Amino acid sequence: MLRLDSLSKRYQTGDLALSNVTLEVPDSQVMALIGPSGAGKSTLIRCINRLVEPTEGTITLNGQELTSLNSSKLRLARRHMGMIFQEYALVERLSVMENVLSGRLGFVGFWRSYFRKFPQSDVDEAFRLLERVGLDHMVDKRADELSGGQRQRVGICRALIQDPNILLIDEPTASLDPKTSRQIMRLICELCKERKLSAIINIHDVMLAQMFAQRIVGLQMGEIVYDGPPNEITPDVLTKIYGEEDWEATIETVDEDDDENVDEPEQVKDEHHPGIDRDRMSGLT
Amino acid sequence: MTTDTVRSGVSRRWTKPPFIRNPRTRWFLWLGAGIYLALALGTLEVNWVRMADGIPRGIRFISSFFPPDFVTSWGEIVTGLYESIWMTITSTVVGVALAIPIGLGAARNLAPRPVYLVCRAILALTRSFQEIIIAIFMVKLFGFGPFAGFLTLSIASIGFYGKLLAEDIEDMDPVQAEAIRATGAKWFQWLNYAVQPQVMPRMIGLGIYRLDINFRESAVLGIVGAGGIGATLNTAFDRYEFDTAAAVLLIIIAIVMFVEYTSGYVRKKVQ
Repeated sequence: MLRLDSLSKRYQTGDLALSNVTLEVPDSQVMALIGPSGAGKSTLIRCINRLVEPTEGTITLNGQELTSLNSSKLRLARRHMGMIFQEYALVERLSVMENVLSGRLGFVGFWRSYFRKFPQSDVDEAFRLLERVGLDHMVDKRADELSGGQRQRVGICRALIQDPNILLIDEPTASLDPKTSRQIMRLICELCKERKLSAIINIHDVMLAQMFAQRIVGLQMGEIVYDGPPNEITPDVLTKIYGEEDWEATIETVDEDDDENVDEPEQVKDEHHPGIDRDRMSGLT
Repeated sequence: MTTDTVRSGVSRRWTKPPFIRNPRTRWFLWLGAGIYLALALGTLEVNWVRMADGIPRGIRFISSFFPPDFVTSWGEIVTGLYESIWMTITSTVVGVALAIPIGLGAARNLAPRPVYLVCRAILALTRSFQEIIIAIFMVKLFGFGPFAGFLTLSIASIGFYGKLLAEDIEDMDPVQAEAIRATGAKWFQWLNYAVQPQVMPRMIGLGIYRLDINFRESAVLGIVGAGGIGATLNTAFDRYEFDTAAAVLLIIIAIVMFVEYTSGYVRKKVQ
């Protein structure tokens, strides 16, 4: 369980990005964080693994207080938090496999990682994950040769191979087309369910958030203005989060199961790779 | 353009606005430049008779370079060349090896403030003197010969390579670096996985470029006594053996061209 207690962040420029945020994310909950640009969504998830140092407040993950850790303890704590980025943030000149295995860096020594001699169990797990996301035929391709959707899948593998307790996901679909966005969101949610992972997903797309998250938190000017289930998002709520606009068309009304069936075969279609059985790895947690 | 033309539907003319907006300033500057040019030309004293005399002498001087003589002093040329090549290779290797830690320290996004300032100071110091000046100093310290040249070029390479390495690291994509940091990687692992892949191709290219520069510099350093092919060249000029000098110059051109093509090929390979 993740707990944020009156968390605040003021940047050196004087901007207050987060103001007194208190939030609890129970185990295996997928939570979407919505809000306008500059509301503090990115700051919030970066405070959790302290890529951004919070100014005030505490963060507790499974009983461990994160805000007071020294740098070596922080490094150990970061191993248990997987992060997925907006622009994929793969190391472009490294291969797919190297990118995935870089998720294990916290667990292996320098020379092993330098000579790319990772333990066989890590390599096995990397292959399992790549197979699960349909990219096991591309292990030695360089990351910059992949398409956007493929890159984000590698990003997901890199986060999951850490075997994290929580996933921090920053705008996973912002650089993807609508169809790929849905596939990526579905993949993330399925993997979270398989591994009983909790996740915080920053997302701009309200409809996607409603479609896939179990809980939605709305952030506005660094403060939580909505916290509730996806089906209680109304035009009034959206106005509170984003400001005045005609919101009727944005609210998700389609039954999610319908959508699931329609999109079912898509996952593998764009990879030109036959024979991926999506359930094959379902026992993997 | 008048308002009439706009109203009557004639297409509007557009010209790029002049760099200096005020027309009076503009014309004044042109006039000033013209007057200066006229006055400057007026002060030139050209002695046409002496110039006419000099032309055949010049032709004789240039023709004494031909045909280039590779044979007479071949032994000295080879010795000089060997010295130069060894000077080039060793100083590039040593310079780059020392420049890497200093360059890492001089990258603002990597090093803590005090380390950054110290490393930047070292880089500024190694770059503040031209090679010739360092070479004169080294020749005084260590005596004539290629060792002084080697030290000079090593110092110059540190300044060049370290500064460009630091700048390249500062320009790297911070998100890729952030992503590796978020996995809980140790600092050296982070360097190896996030920083190195981003700067490596440029560093290899710059290494070869520095090799090229060091070879050319080694030809100059000989003139102040720091050994190498430059010493051979200098001796040839001193003895009025211009045909031997021509041979040395041709060899230098050939080697620089060879390095040039190789570096182009290697850079394309590593990108």
